[in-house]
Amino acid sequence: MSDVQANSSADAGQDTVWVQEISLIDSIPRWIAMTFVFVVFVGTWQLTTSLGLVSPIILPTPMETLKDMIFVGQNLLTGGYMLLALWITMKEVIYGFALAIAIGFSLGVLVGETAFGEKAVMPYLVAIDTMPKVAFAPLFVAWLGFGIESKVALAAFIATFPIVVGTAAGLHAADENARMLFKTMGATRMQTLIKMKLPTGLPQIFTGLKIGAVGVMAGAITGEFLGGGRGFGELIRVAASQLNTPRVFSLILYLSLVGLALYVLVQWTQRKVVFWHKERVGAHDA
Amino acid sequence: MNTALANEYSGAPHGAPVYELTNVSKTYARNKVVALTEVTLTLCKGSFTSVIGSSGCGKSTLLKIMAGLIPPTKGRVVLQGRPVTGPRRDIGMMFQQATLFPWKTAVENIVLPIEIRDGAAAAKKALDKAHELMEIVGLKGFENVYPNELSGGMAQRTSICRMLITEPAVLLLDEPFSALDELSRDMMNMELQRICREQNATAFLVTHSIQEAVILSDDIIVMKPRPGRIAEVVPVDLPRPRTLDMMTTPKFGAIVDHIRGLLDKGEDM
Repeated sequence: MSDVQANSSADAGQDTVWVQEISLIDSIPRWIAMTFVFVVFVGTWQLTTSLGLVSPIILPTPMETLKDMIFVGQNLLTGGYMLLALWITMKEVIYGFALAIAIGFSLGVLVGETAFGEKAVMPYLVAIDTMPKVAFAPLFVAWLGFGIESKVALAAFIATFPIVVGTAAGLHAADENARMLFKTMGATRMQTLIKMKLPTGLPQIFTGLKIGAVGVMAGAITGEFLGGGRGFGELIRVAASQLNTPRVFSLILYLSLVGLALYVLVQWTQRKVVFWHKERVGAHDA
Repeated sequence: MNTALANEYSGAPHGAPVYELTNVSKTYARNKVVALTEVTLTLCKGSFTSVIGSSGCGKSTLLKIMAGLIPPTKGRVVLQGRPVTGPRRDIGMMFQQATLFPWKTAVENIVLPIEIRDGAAAAKKALDKAHELMEIVGLKGFENVYPNELSGGMAQRTSICRMLITEPAVLLLDEPFSALDELSRDMMNMELQRICREQNATAFLVTHSIQEAVILSDDIIVMKPRPGRIAEVVPVDLPRPRTLDMMTTPKFGAIVDHIRGLLDKGEDM
């Protein structure tokens, strides 16, 4: 062990003392580490803009962005037009996610549980999944119009596939012993599915949901970019066309808060539901 | 002499036949492999029978047929006078892994077979019985603990309770303690013996360990591979209850040597 050094003195009556080296970078508290990265990031940004390396039209200064964030924040808090736009986008995201969960879970069970689904449905799902799904946006607009329906459809379309894959993988997660045990107990197929395969597969299902939650946001905004409407994506598009880059930046930041909230909601639900499964993200995860 | 009825020694239980297999053969259609030929054996009430053999001798196939998980190609498989045509509640089974479900507490895992067969209400009624069983196997106080807080030995005790909750007529044990360390394993084997005696259970154990088979069994079925068949049924006339000290006696050694000899011969073929 290279990071552990034994005290080699063999004097009688002396305790054996180990000198343990803990590398500095792993022992920094989380909040300090996070603040440090933030400061470096903003500092670099400030330097880039104040030294005139990049035109302010292309990249606003951090201060300008912060000012605009306060302005947008006030508009949101006082129930201004931006709140209405945000609400529209959130509706698209929520409906889209609900639709994706319903369709994705059903297809996932069909594909993961039945031989028919695996043989006849899965190949087509894989084929559709490899297509660039954003390219379907004009079709959804043509079919469903410029209202929120076309955005909901695109958002759901993008989020469905990870949920299908997560559910199908989850249903395959149960080991041979568990299957055999349920057989010996005389369990029906439905009992095996509900009482064993689905609970066993919950971690994978939630992974699919989390990927879907990220996709549903992208789908809604892309839908707004390409299909108009009155959502947050439209505000971004308008700001960008006016070269109002501080506004674009602050709108994106607020939008990311919505996306983060959705992700955290799924994560929180997972911790409550799948209480027995401890997720490990990194070696030094707290 | 492919029969386990040869109970001509003292100390072994002489109950009525519980499980009878007559000329059971199994050929897997997929690759036409003959896994088992002409196996005939009888398990009597309260007896402990082990099956031992090298890999490919058909012992897992035999166990699966006895558990009602796969059908035999030929032969009769009769438990308590009724042919086995699928999984049954009078068959209890235990695997190498405890296979407890982490979203259920220990006691909920134990009543799972009742829940599956008779529904949630019946499972609730069976909770008292589950508590009794947990006390028998020394798990009192761990009723509402989730499996990831149980040690390997405790998990296997829990799965013993789950096997016993339906009061099966026969216990099929598929190397139940082979995943445990040797000390826990010896202890669990003694526990198993005690539980089987208390319940007057009829047990059938598949194992790789000759010592384990000898210390636990009334009869040991030694199997040979290609095609899987019974080579010899070895009676163990050590007195009961067995203790771990018996493993050092000359008699124990002689039986172990005899079985090892049979297994080595099997390898040559």
